[in-house]
Amino acid sequence: MAQALNQALRDAMAADERVHVMGEDVGTLGGVFRITDGLAREFGDTRCTDTPLAEAGILGAAVGMAMYGLRPVVEMQFDAFAYPAFEQLVSHVARMRNRTRGAVPLPVTIRVPYGGGIGGVEHHSDSSEAYYLHTPGLHVVTPATVADAYGLLRAAIASDDPVVFLEPKRLYWSKAEWSAREPEPVPPIGRALVRRAGRSATLVSYGPSVPVCLEAAEAARDEGWDLGVVDLRGLVPFDEETVADAVRATGRAVVVHESSGFGGAGAEIAARITERCFHHLQAPVLRVAGFDIPYPPPMLERHHLPGVDRVLDAVARLQWEEG
Amino acid sequence: MTVLETPAWRPRTDAAPLMPDPEPFRLLGTPEAAGLDPALLRRAYGELVRGRRYNRQATALTRQGRLAVYPSSTGQEACQVAAALALGPRDWLFPSYRDTLAVVARGVDPVEALTLLRGDWHCGYDPKLTRTAPLSTPLSTQLPHAVGLAHAARISGDDVVALAMTGDGGTSEGDFHEALNFAAVWHAPVVFLVQNNGFAISVPLGKQSAAPSLAHKAVGYGMPGRLVDGNDVAAVHRVLTEAVERARGGAGPTLVEAVTYRMDAHTNADDATRYRDEEEVAAWRGHDPVDLLERELAGRGLLDAELRRRAADAAEAFAADLRERMSAPVEPDPAELFAHVYAEPTPQLRRQEAQLRAELAAEREQEHH
Repeated sequence: MAQALNQALRDAMAADERVHVMGEDVGTLGGVFRITDGLAREFGDTRCTDTPLAEAGILGAAVGMAMYGLRPVVEMQFDAFAYPAFEQLVSHVARMRNRTRGAVPLPVTIRVPYGGGIGGVEHHSDSSEAYYLHTPGLHVVTPATVADAYGLLRAAIASDDPVVFLEPKRLYWSKAEWSAREPEPVPPIGRALVRRAGRSATLVSYGPSVPVCLEAAEAARDEGWDLGVVDLRGLVPFDEETVADAVRATGRAVVVHESSGFGGAGAEIAARITERCFHHLQAPVLRVAGFDIPYPPPMLERHHLPGVDRVLDAVARLQWEEG
Repeated sequence: MTVLETPAWRPRTDAAPLMPDPEPFRLLGTPEAAGLDPALLRRAYGELVRGRRYNRQATALTRQGRLAVYPSSTGQEACQVAAALALGPRDWLFPSYRDTLAVVARGVDPVEALTLLRGDWHCGYDPKLTRTAPLSTPLSTQLPHAVGLAHAARISGDDVVALAMTGDGGTSEGDFHEALNFAAVWHAPVVFLVQNNGFAISVPLGKQSAAPSLAHKAVGYGMPGRLVDGNDVAAVHRVLTEAVERARGGAGPTLVEAVTYRMDAHTNADDATRYRDEEEVAAWRGHDPVDLLERELAGRGLLDAELRRRAADAAEAFAADLRERMSAPVEPDPAELFAHVYAEPTPQLRRQEAQLRAELAAEREQEHH
């Protein structure tokens, strides 16, 4: 996935000279995860810029650059390092189009490596999506596959609105059949995808939890359950139609994500499923999420992250009718 | 060599060229003022008189309920006018909420400049057409925008300068620091204007900063700091013009501290008598920006009855026009609430817009019966 993201940035920069990449260590080093590897060499340090170490400054400067007609792509080195930029994001980035009656759109892409599972120390494993999705004016996008990493990042950069692009860190090293030479067409932002159709129950997920759900669906076959998996690919806009159709087909749903459950994205998704599918539901919509604790130290994170077993336990609790 | 390629950093042993003068720079009333361009002084005079009238009129509009709130710049008109006059038409202004007069002096329609404070939308003018960013309510958060815009202009090969305004309280914010640091490292063509008006709402400067002056803060970033008498319109104009031209010429950013005083309360919702004494206010009344310029003009025989009357008439006509246009009823379209959130509304927003339309139709229906 890291290579696909790198290729997406390279192709976007080659296609449009207004695209500028900036952030901490993105230049000579190529980013701490090497997502920007080679870009400074290829496009020069004016277009791939090592900035001073200041997240609010990076995002604030990107606002001004976008006002002047550029399309900045900023890297927030780690999930929790993005918090200092939160005021710029909420007070300016998300609102600029609105407050200026559409006169000043802000085509800024904010790349945030997020989530756990890589043994990171404190402040390197947060899932921050709930903070972003509560802010109108932002798009929130997250890929679960290598192909989507490429396509969705191209779509985010092409968007005339600000996009928070959440990159699941633990999928950076995932491999897949994907050719950089023949990238798939750019998918529209806000379109969920049924990764797997099912008849027994529907798992709804996004980002790093999608592979967990696919694995759970595979394991569930031993129990005689045919589980569907919906990959949201992003939370704003939220593709209610695809989710509702998939849930109506099974009558049962489990929402899976790794961030804390209370007030999390899963609460919103479960509520919407209930509103849209109540008469089709055979059981309450369940959530499988991380515990409501600050992200644990690396030696304990496996207890916190929802894994296949926890997903299957939830599926078992969906009050199966005998038949 | 690319724009951003940086030489190896080495400690500068000589900070002297960056240091502000110990006393604020002054022109009016000094021998040097004799060399000032009469046309510039006359123009500044007209703008100051109009600016003073504008502040009075806007304050009156709050009492009539036409404005939700007005942070007056009475006493600070010299800074406001000089900021606008120092910029070329292609340059950008990044104002804070107290800087509506600078926005108006720049040529933005006064009703559009007051839209935020009136409450019918957040920003009433088109920033791209007017080259004026929206008034920023959060403190100093617009300063990094000015840096980014100036940087973008520079790497695009345009000789555009950004001037960003904040107050003494705004210098305590993290964004102030980050903006100055980015600007200095990037050599961005930016001018930072701090209007030190003595108070952040009620908190005096002594509780805000322990620096020798706010202009001294520039030195730590590696840019020059300039200290200027903020009530001396000629001095502020000179210092800002030099800083703008310095930025335009590729020499990087400047921090200007204009020492001035807020004659009115923070806003109409504030009671300034709780935190400052009348003696202090009276002392500043003796250093009024309009009076200072009048004395200069009169001393040089440039202030005749004709100029005085023309300036007063123009200010009165401006105020009358503002009063009349601000009294016209405003009916913002509720459907517009959903129009500018995204380039393409989300399905959720479309449904909510339909819901609001249905509610409005039902309301109208009820009114008919």
